[in-house]
Amino acid sequence: MIAIRRPDEIERIRESGRIVAGALDLASTLIRPGIATDVLDGEIEAYTRDSGGTPEFKGFQGYPASICTSINEQVVHGIPGATILEDGDIVGVDVGVRKGGYVADGARTFPVGAVSADRTRLMEVTRRSLDAAVEAVRQGVRLSDVSHVIQEIVEEAGFSVVRELAGHGVGTALHEPPEIPNFGEPGFGPVLKAGMVLAIEPMVNAGVAAVATKPDGWTVVTADGMPSAHFEHTIAVTMNGADVLTTPSG
Amino acid sequence: MAKQKGITVEGVVVEALPNAMFRVELDNGHKVLAHISGKMRMHYIKILPGDRVTVEVSPYDWSRGRITYRYK
Repeated sequence: MIAIRRPDEIERIRESGRIVAGALDLASTLIRPGIATDVLDGEIEAYTRDSGGTPEFKGFQGYPASICTSINEQVVHGIPGATILEDGDIVGVDVGVRKGGYVADGARTFPVGAVSADRTRLMEVTRRSLDAAVEAVRQGVRLSDVSHVIQEIVEEAGFSVVRELAGHGVGTALHEPPEIPNFGEPGFGPVLKAGMVLAIEPMVNAGVAAVATKPDGWTVVTADGMPSAHFEHTIAVTMNGADVLTTPSG
Repeated sequence: MAKQKGITVEGVVVEALPNAMFRVELDNGHKVLAHISGKMRMHYIKILPGDRVTVEVSPYDWSRGRITYRYK
């Protein structure tokens, strides 16, 4: 059952989404060669709490930190630590915030210093696939129509889509139905209705699609060690489009 | 944060247990306790030790799974 949110509920998710976007903007100003990922974690947690929210990831199924920082071949769910970001790295930052009982979830991948053209293109394509997926959302389309848009753009660019991880509904819990894979034939899955709130998050690998999970139980890495990028928005389905909730201006 | 989907892997049945449960050794070396999917039960697909099968492993408990396919 996919929840249909009332307009006032969507405004609350937007409120959380503003903090998510603010946190990601903050990350973009902090990220540079030489900064440790746990410093980012601390700064974003402080920003989140100052804004009246709580970091939703902390404690989620035992997750130990407030944000996820996934460097280079790490796809998602990298745990912040003493690791220092180096010139040429790309780092995915994933933030979830709960405020007033409602959750928003968003992510961006940032370049650290000067990044190779290949990695820049990987980030651009991933971003573009998310934008196109958001563009494809409106009442009446089927879920896999959205998934398909992502797969098409990614594979056309010569990259691959991670199969084992998916976007998800979001609202009063971080993970709600439906699962939103980033691949698939169009025309399948539930029909989207205005008021559904979805976290769409393409995870795109430069090399093969296969991934593995590190012994820490969280960090997902590419099987071939090639870099991976990740962008995510929380959106509300409307009659004629999608309302992006994880934006600073809102 | 992305949602982990059920992960499908292949393995070989090493032991048949009561209640249509099986111990399956996966190709990655893990051993999981797996039950048969309801659809396979409906079609009376029998599974014996030594059979190659596809198993869905729960991302939350890597020691449990469900058998979704038996190779001929």
